[in-house]
Amino acid sequence: MAELVIVDTGCANISSVYFAVKRLGVEPVISADAKLIKQAERVILPGVGTAKAAMHNLAERDLISTLQGLQQPVLGICLGMQLLTAHSMEGDVACLGLIPGEVAPLNAAGLRLPHMGWNTLHSISQHPLLKGFTAQDYLYFVHSFAVVPSQYSLAQCHYGSDFAAVIGKDNVAGAQFHPERSGKVGARLLQNFLEWQL
Amino acid sequence: MLAKRLIPCLDVRDGKVVKGVQFRNHEIIGDIVPLAQRYAEAGADELVFYDITASSDGRVVDKSWVRRIAEVIDIPFCVAGGIKSVADAGKILEMGADKVSINSPALANPQLIAELNATFGQQCVVVGIDSFFDVASGQYQVYQFTGDESRTQKTQWLTRDWVAEVQRLGAGEIVLNCMNQDGVRQGYDLAQLKSIRDICRVPLIASGGAGTMQHFTEVFSTADVDGALAASVFHKGIIQISELKAKLIADGISIRP
Repeated sequence: MAELVIVDTGCANISSVYFAVKRLGVEPVISADAKLIKQAERVILPGVGTAKAAMHNLAERDLISTLQGLQQPVLGICLGMQLLTAHSMEGDVACLGLIPGEVAPLNAAGLRLPHMGWNTLHSISQHPLLKGFTAQDYLYFVHSFAVVPSQYSLAQCHYGSDFAAVIGKDNVAGAQFHPERSGKVGARLLQNFLEWQL
Repeated sequence: MLAKRLIPCLDVRDGKVVKGVQFRNHEIIGDIVPLAQRYAEAGADELVFYDITASSDGRVVDKSWVRRIAEVIDIPFCVAGGIKSVADAGKILEMGADKVSINSPALANPQLIAELNATFGQQCVVVGIDSFFDVASGQYQVYQFTGDESRTQKTQWLTRDWVAEVQRLGAGEIVLNCMNQDGVRQGYDLAQLKSIRDICRVPLIASGGAGTMQHFTEVFSTADVDGALAASVFHKGIIQISELKAKLIADGISIRP
């Protein structure tokens, strides 16, 4: 049984997520095998690109019901986080529905898009994933769509408007920023995920 | 608040980091991986690696160093040089780069920008523009094949028109390299950057001319660029990133400490 499986979504940032976890001393397995994913202690759902393309890839790999049935800790990263919600307006596509919510175009109020670079968090909840996080920490974001804040937001970010930077419900959580590219602060989120006990 | 980015640029030739003056006379600065690691630890917000041989001499270039960088680096990095197709870009991104930057190949085939956007998403697609002020015509013009002096040539594009076109095609970020300033450390081309900023809706990165810490303050406060790229001042130890960040914060610029 693998300690951690990174779901092979066919997207581009899998190597960087793999290396980031490996730097924390865990050897992840990259796989699209439903059985391996089900048996893993923890699962990371990475993703860059568009929601429609990613959901298409997951359907093609016959992974949707597998991902919907996971009971162990699950972390979605960037687009992978958006896929955890019910629906994305990016391509008007149904997502995994693991966390209620909607992905909408980021209302940047005239600021440049994509929202690209290092930004801070606010409204940070007490949650095992966010242990040690403060409003002074910077995380690396790259996106044009975002999860609308809701009761499932564990932390928010402001760029023209507020959006959910971290979401969570039961065993499933997601981060809009790239922990694998957010220096020591990002590594802290991944470490917290590795230590997360349900 | 979104922080302005400081971006050391590492020009790569044959797996070594090099630096020339106004794109010429390249000298070896050091090995890629330790340099990249040093910059990440020193507080760089992002790194750019330009394979300066690739576009100009047309050979297949060994890019295995991309994977070696991805293994050790925990900040975003972009790879430029010799990316002529969706397949080329896919290999670089698969090895762990966060973005690819295209320059001469975009000029030869502008549709490549749209194809990269459709395949990998806008956030991956950086377009580098080498802009040279032509004194005779009083215009900024786009140049290509700037990695090799013997092949460097003026294109038919005025810089402003090309900036508009690459945005229309789906670029996610623009790096504007002001060639008149490159490597001479006399400051960024504030007038040009300011004028391009007005027509640039995607993140804009200033490149070429950084010589002092004050130059960074000026380019952020005057031209409102999203990031500032520099090479020699960092490679030669003229500016320490930690000191630069402290000064920029003191000057009221939004910076990740």
